[in-house]
Amino acid sequence: MTLAVQFTHVSRHFGEVMAVDRVSIDIKDGEFFSMLGPSGSGKTTCLRLIAGFEQPSAGSIRIHGEEAAGTPPYQRDVNTVFQDYALFPHMNVRDNVAYGLKVKGVVKSERLARAEEALSMVALGGYGHRKPVQLSGGQRQRVALARALVNRPRVLLLDEPLGALDLKLREQMQSELKKLQRQLGITFIFVTHDQTEALSMSDRVAVFNKGRIEQVDTPRNLYMKPATSFVAEFVGTSNVLRGELAHQLSGNARAFSIRPEHIRFAEGPVASHEIEVSGLLYDIQYQGSATRYELKLDTGQTLSVSQANTQWLDTSAQHQTGQRICARWAREAMIPLHDVATESAASEAH
Amino acid sequence: MRSKPVPKQGEHASWGLKLAAWGGLVFLHFPILIIFVYAFNTEDAAFSFPPQGFTLKWFSVAFARPDVLESIKLSLQIACVATLIALVLGTLASAALYRRDFFGKDGISLMLILPIALPGIITGLALLSAFKTLGIEPGMFTIIVGHATFCVVIVYNNVIARLRRTSHTLIEASMDLGADGWQTFRYIIMPNLGSALLAGGMLAFALSFDEIIVTTFTAGHERTLPIWLLNQLSRPRDVPVTNVVAMLVMIVTMLPILGAYYLTRGGESAAGSGVK
Amino acid sequence: MSQTLAHYAPMHRQSPLRRFANLLYRRPNLYLSLLLIPPLLWFGAIYLGSLLGLLWQGFYTFDDFSMAVTPDLTLANFGALFSPSNFDVIQRTLTMAIAVSIASAIVAFPVAYYMARYTTGKTKAFFYIAVMMPMWASYIVKAYAWTLLLAKGGVAQWFVQHLGLAPVLQLILGIPGVGGSTLSTSHLGRFMVFVYIWLPFMILPIQASLERLPPSLLQASADLGAKPRQTFMQVILPLSVPGIAAGSIFTFSLTLGDFIVPQLIGPPGYFIGSMVYAQQGAIGNMPMAAAFTLVPIVLIAIYLSIVKRLGAFDAL
Repeated sequence: MTLAVQFTHVSRHFGEVMAVDRVSIDIKDGEFFSMLGPSGSGKTTCLRLIAGFEQPSAGSIRIHGEEAAGTPPYQRDVNTVFQDYALFPHMNVRDNVAYGLKVKGVVKSERLARAEEALSMVALGGYGHRKPVQLSGGQRQRVALARALVNRPRVLLLDEPLGALDLKLREQMQSELKKLQRQLGITFIFVTHDQTEALSMSDRVAVFNKGRIEQVDTPRNLYMKPATSFVAEFVGTSNVLRGELAHQLSGNARAFSIRPEHIRFAEGPVASHEIEVSGLLYDIQYQGSATRYELKLDTGQTLSVSQANTQWLDTSAQHQTGQRICARWAREAMIPLHDVATESAASEAH
Repeated sequence: MRSKPVPKQGEHASWGLKLAAWGGLVFLHFPILIIFVYAFNTEDAAFSFPPQGFTLKWFSVAFARPDVLESIKLSLQIACVATLIALVLGTLASAALYRRDFFGKDGISLMLILPIALPGIITGLALLSAFKTLGIEPGMFTIIVGHATFCVVIVYNNVIARLRRTSHTLIEASMDLGADGWQTFRYIIMPNLGSALLAGGMLAFALSFDEIIVTTFTAGHERTLPIWLLNQLSRPRDVPVTNVVAMLVMIVTMLPILGAYYLTRGGESAAGSGVK
Repeated sequence: MSQTLAHYAPMHRQSPLRRFANLLYRRPNLYLSLLLIPPLLWFGAIYLGSLLGLLWQGFYTFDDFSMAVTPDLTLANFGALFSPSNFDVIQRTLTMAIAVSIASAIVAFPVAYYMARYTTGKTKAFFYIAVMMPMWASYIVKAYAWTLLLAKGGVAQWFVQHLGLAPVLQLILGIPGVGGSTLSTSHLGRFMVFVYIWLPFMILPIQASLERLPPSLLQASADLGAKPRQTFMQVILPLSVPGIAAGSIFTFSLTLGDFIVPQLIGPPGYFIGSMVYAQQGAIGNMPMAAAFTLVPIVLIAIYLSIVKRLGAFDAL
């Protein structure tokens, strides 16, 4: 398996600020890879390092096996869809799309034909004569996509391209992007802070936090087996239990994560593979497809429980705040966490 | 310049305020109007008011005067060369200063503003004494040097404002699509900068064409149009010709501000990006 | 679909230009230096060099008898600034500069206030251009226009006579220190010309600072029960102080360095600018002229440090 992009201990600092801190990733050829994290977590800087807008302070970046340092953006076989689209305001849509071919010296008739072809690929055939200001946000987004894809890059970088679109349009574009990626077989590297977006589109996701990578995994594993408390809490919602209580419940000093929907309310005898806690119900939020319950455990911690409203009769009416209640879950649903912070502190102590 | 779409709370200005505001505008324009009126006055040696009659003959008299023509030619030449130098230096300086932070950046921008911030006598005298020390004879060359120095900041201000408003990702997008620095400059930066350069150039031209204080020191025996005008003021018998030239100078210096206004207005949306 | 778009490998056209572009990409500091060197050379060598040279000349000795300058260093020129006659010049100029700044602010404020709060769209654009045009119109022609206006038998006199104001004018011109024998040779005439010429430089910063006042602030004031007059005195006027201070930087320093207007209109007596001009020209005492240029620089520096506290730099 060839690697599209390979980061080896890459760091990038701006003065005192460590934007990217010793990051290593292998991105496979033809994969849909997402970089997920809150703003300022280093994901966009990683994208800019691949594009060539930033230079690494340390470490090595290889694109298709070739060391990228010192290669300017215009000589990298990589194209970018910018967050603000960055369409050239003084050119019409067709010239925008044909720009990459023009600067590479493709003759006019050919580049205009290819631009038109790329535009029809994103369902904008016939829009070539318009100026970017005459287009809607979603249309501009498609032009930006066509402008990058017309160059047929081996890697396409997408920097939060759906951030400015409204929800319905965003969901539609998500599935179109995924379809396009399968069709073209190009490596997509997609930066986003939206975890549902990352989970629904990607083959694999890297979760960034404070310039470091917390976990790189498939969406399913990321959700079902979060490696760290940050991942557990950033990807979906999670109860992270630590310390004395964790030890008591799992027989292990490690913190663990348990998803709210893996907990249920029950009475009667506890099965051998199950764990039960009890507490006071202090908040109920009806959310439509599910109801969220907040418990204050007898040991002082809080616990979120989510129950799907699968019956047309609303079960949440059975519970009231202030009620004492027992919650239980399967032992396997507890995921032990390996926190980067604590582990690296331990390794530095060696 | 932006205008607020909604009239503020539907209030109305008091009559006193309206009178003071419009009165201020009249005050600003009345002397200019007088120049236009006198240029067509039939009388030939007085400032008397009201004018006695309407004539165009002083225009033909003025344009037959070799000293007038020579001063016009000199002022045009100087303004063109000074503007050209200012365009090059101002654009380079704004390209260097608009994005990156480096040591001494504030000092450089202060230095660019200094020639118009300090009184003209200081700039003029400093240049004159330097030319004397270096043994350079004052003339057209020294005038150009002086004018270019204070015109740079005009171009610089216009260009850097446009650069700041132009999304930097346009440049990155161009490089990303395969254009090197030269191609990006030619296809992306220049088209977006064009009207700002034109506006800055027009203003610099007007400033140079009209400048008198620094020029008095650096001109030597040369007579630019403003200096010709200043000398005329002690010669009452040339009043009609002076009036005609004064009107022309007024027009040459006022038109560029109109042009620059239309070239740079409506800024925010002109150069931009997808995000509103 | 993937067959429809042929694959373009980046073409490595390594022309000299492309190689140079690559070099600049790899060395951002080289790129920055190449941009900066021409303006820095021009300003450093020509402009700053001249300024320092001028300052240095202030220390040279001028021989009153031979009318020659010798490079013997002395502080005498700077000392001479404090002689009564020179001090008189400085005081006269400074008084005028302060008076002009105050008067400009008073005349400019209503224009700026009306522009900022009561005009929108086309009217605002009209006002903006109507202020900008006289600002850029030829300085020397504006001064010339006033010599026409104030001349004997000129426009001003015509109006004064037809409005029956001649006695009033005579009374004003009779005030010592303000008047003079005629309007065009009086302090008052000179003062009016200065106010006229620098007025737009005062209007625009005030307008800009008023423009930035959020309407919600004024509504809040009215909401809290303030009458319009109170809102104006307690909210609008204090918040426009930075704009007034910024505008006064222009009116103050432009008046301080001027020598054309004092030469054309008003009574005899040197201004700082005309003193510098006369020293280097007719008298040929370059060292004294150089020393004199220090006066406006120092005065402006003091003035800037005062208005900086009023927030003038935020309003520029």
